[in-house]
Amino acid sequence: MATITFEVNGEREEVAFAPHKTLLEVLREDLGLTGTKHGCELGECGTCTVLLDGTPVLSCLVLGLACAGHGVRTVEGMAQGGKLHPLQETFADLGAAQCGYCTPAFLLAAEALLAANPKPTREEIKDALAGNLCRCTGYIKIYEAIELAAERMQHA
Amino acid sequence: MHRVIGKALRKVDAVAKVTGATRFADDLTFPRMLYCKLLRSTQPHARIVSVDGSAAAKLDGVQAVLTGRDLPIPFGILPVSQDEHALCVERVRFIGDPVAAVAATTEETATAALDLIKVEYEPLKSFASAEEAVEHPEPRIHDYGDSGNLHKLIDLEFGDADEGIAEGDLVREDLFFFEGSTHLPMEQHAALAQWSPDRKLTLWTSTQTPHYVHRALAKVLELPAARIRVIATPNGGGFGGKSDPFSHELVVAKFAMMTGRPVKITLTREEVFYCHRGRHPTLMWVRTGVKRDGAITGMHFKSLLDGGAYGSYGVASTYYTGALQTVTYHVPRYHFQGARAFTNKAPCGPKRGHGTPQPRFALEVHIDKIAEELHLDPAELRLKTLVPANSLTANYLRVGSMGLGQCITKVVEGSGWKKKFRKLPRGRGVGLACSSYISGAGLPIYWNNMPHSGVQLKCDRGGGVTVFCGSTEIGQGSDSILAYIVAEVLGVDPFDIAVVTGDTDLTPVDLGSYSSRVTLMSGNAALQAAERARQILALHAAKQLEIPAERLTFADGRVFDGKNPKHGMSFAEAVQRAEAAEGTIGTVGSYTPPQSAGKYRGAGVGPSPAYSYSACVAEVDVDPETGIVRVPTIWIAHDVGRSINSASVIGQVEGSIYMGLGEALMEEMAYRGDLKVVHKIPSLLEYKSPTTLEMCDVVTYLIEDPDPNGPFGAKEVGQGPLLPVMPAVANAVYDAVGVRVDEVPITPEKVFKALRRKEKGEPARYGPDHFPDIAWPEPTRVPTPWEGGDGKAVSPARV
Repeated sequence: MATITFEVNGEREEVAFAPHKTLLEVLREDLGLTGTKHGCELGECGTCTVLLDGTPVLSCLVLGLACAGHGVRTVEGMAQGGKLHPLQETFADLGAAQCGYCTPAFLLAAEALLAANPKPTREEIKDALAGNLCRCTGYIKIYEAIELAAERMQHA
Repeated sequence: MHRVIGKALRKVDAVAKVTGATRFADDLTFPRMLYCKLLRSTQPHARIVSVDGSAAAKLDGVQAVLTGRDLPIPFGILPVSQDEHALCVERVRFIGDPVAAVAATTEETATAALDLIKVEYEPLKSFASAEEAVEHPEPRIHDYGDSGNLHKLIDLEFGDADEGIAEGDLVREDLFFFEGSTHLPMEQHAALAQWSPDRKLTLWTSTQTPHYVHRALAKVLELPAARIRVIATPNGGGFGGKSDPFSHELVVAKFAMMTGRPVKITLTREEVFYCHRGRHPTLMWVRTGVKRDGAITGMHFKSLLDGGAYGSYGVASTYYTGALQTVTYHVPRYHFQGARAFTNKAPCGPKRGHGTPQPRFALEVHIDKIAEELHLDPAELRLKTLVPANSLTANYLRVGSMGLGQCITKVVEGSGWKKKFRKLPRGRGVGLACSSYISGAGLPIYWNNMPHSGVQLKCDRGGGVTVFCGSTEIGQGSDSILAYIVAEVLGVDPFDIAVVTGDTDLTPVDLGSYSSRVTLMSGNAALQAAERARQILALHAAKQLEIPAERLTFADGRVFDGKNPKHGMSFAEAVQRAEAAEGTIGTVGSYTPPQSAGKYRGAGVGPSPAYSYSACVAEVDVDPETGIVRVPTIWIAHDVGRSINSASVIGQVEGSIYMGLGEALMEEMAYRGDLKVVHKIPSLLEYKSPTTLEMCDVVTYLIEDPDPNGPFGAKEVGQGPLLPVMPAVANAVYDAVGVRVDEVPITPEKVFKALRRKEKGEPARYGPDHFPDIAWPEPTRVPTPWEGGDGKAVSPARV
């Protein structure tokens, strides 16, 4: 067993796990954070996207051990004090989540995008999300939700 | 004036989905839970000589091993195709067929144990295509079916089609091929079983059809259905791929019974490709006679489906390739011949549009070619030949509301069709296509007289309402539909309604989330239950308010006098008064579709309470140098009858366009190797699907022509809008560069080859050139309604 200390959603966590485990497995199996999903576990679909020190990563391709001392953000960390994040609000309002399985990944990829580029164009949104597959929505409601959240966050 | 219906509200599960709180099947864990893995066949077709799991059973951590002999009872979704085993008994029929299973304390141990299972195979000749299966009746892949390796043969004739075709001023004949594709839900199938010493089995599973899983478990495990509880977890996408009972569901249940411990399986992405049940690869031939104005005089349609290794829904799929040709344009005489072959590939089944996207592709491209030969605008030709509303088709489908004309007009106007068609510069083109789809099947899979959907409704004295329904939330919004409809009738906030669905212990049967049936059927059941509750509440509220019950309005969480809104009470008080007078307030509602008009054998597939209609214009850019097709914009109009939630309806339309675009341009369940039976890299990377970079812009128009059979007039939207995309893109490619690609997906290679042929002066086309000879059965002849038919066959005598 390996033991690491890292920050998950702003809180310090010390966790022991088999050293071959991926960040995805550590989050889901050892920390019970099942909001992070998986679609292939081969780095192909983007469904397991989380933020590592603010950057989107595929948690199925990151070893848990490599996260020692770093900060990870999952969908469970987005709502604060019982209040949804603006992206969560707009995803819910506009129907950007249908089955909801890829949604946590899209939310985090979108959050990273807006942190780097608070007023992205439609083309910039498409580029930022090109590594995340969604089979339900055709992506359009996701773009619209990101654009609306960006606008609201500008005026917040 | 509706307060809830039609509004773009949040879905009732939206917050759970955006916070990651929704618990999908693989998110569930229990103490002492075991992990299951399946050993799958490495052979496409072979006799199993022996399976030896003894070494695996001895591995530290392995709790149990299963082989085919442990679960010998066959199952299958259709009563006529009970041809699957939880684990293969004597024969494997495709690479990926499950042969043995292990339950162990960790997933790693279970995986390691698979390598210790020894299977000896005796290879048999394998068949990779429907044509091969037609040619070789032996060795048979199954020892049942209509002939040799042909699982199903259908021949239905409505009037003398040949005579009708001969009356045309133009007779046109075309061949088309539609490649298979798969659903590719983002969530891999997962199931978790728990067995209790009081002989009760619970299965949590990502299924679209808990009712049929319930039936299969009872049959294969020989347990009373009353001791089995199936809980359909929210599906992380289904699209038809989670509509069959599956091996892994039966195996984890058996393991739970053997070990007394919870057992879970989550399929790998590779295994999801082997479960498949996707679009049948389909070869089609069509001959149509038309008058100079485009009026159809007769049509003869043949389809040959590659079914893969098992029956699945295939008999229904085969009928569906011939059923809905008649509900868009008037076809006075119609002959359909359909065949489904068994092959040694992953089994095909129902994918979004179930058996109808293939013939719709063929028909809509065929009509585009006819319009060109007749020098008619393809939009105008279609508008002139529409099936009238409230009519009966040649094959006895009862069309109710019919908004296709409005759909065509909308997309023609919106897309600037008249300024673009045959007028854009080379390399740019537009194409038009239409379609129709069922709002649920008129007949259930197991023929009986019971309702297709049931709802129980409980009114709480605190003012809360709970709706119980067996329907299954797969992302399409079925839970929300129940809440909106009940909220509309009872005048409460939809978010004050609790929805309990997809649990065979708690909820009355709904047949499942397939064939676009849920809004119409569970919606009608919910509507009936809510109206009954309202009646009870109104009776006692009216007494208290001393006004006639008819004057009561239920709105904004109150029950009040419509003529004097201040005179009223809260909804909670209305429940309390009713409960004090009558006891606990609960009602039920159920829905059974109307009787079908067709009485011939085969009439069970095609009838529906209501048909949705769609029209689509695609604009494409084709690079004449490379054959690469890009689709910047699709205009789509969809006749949904009535939107229950307009945002959800548009979401379903956009999702359908997306999936149709994938099928039009890139998605293919392709096989490789010398025998062409090895899946061409079963991964999300190599199975090409549209990303944000390929997805087109979508302009959606909703046509609301309420259908009397739908709740508030609603018809389906989840599948129909996919259908016109592939033919619209194909027709647009022709408009852009003058070549016909009569096959999907329309890959650059195919466009390029057709362009090369055109340059050489050969036919500017890529597509099939031959439909094999098939020994069709004697046709079932049914006189059309306008020939005085009554829906019954006149020959052969026996049917």
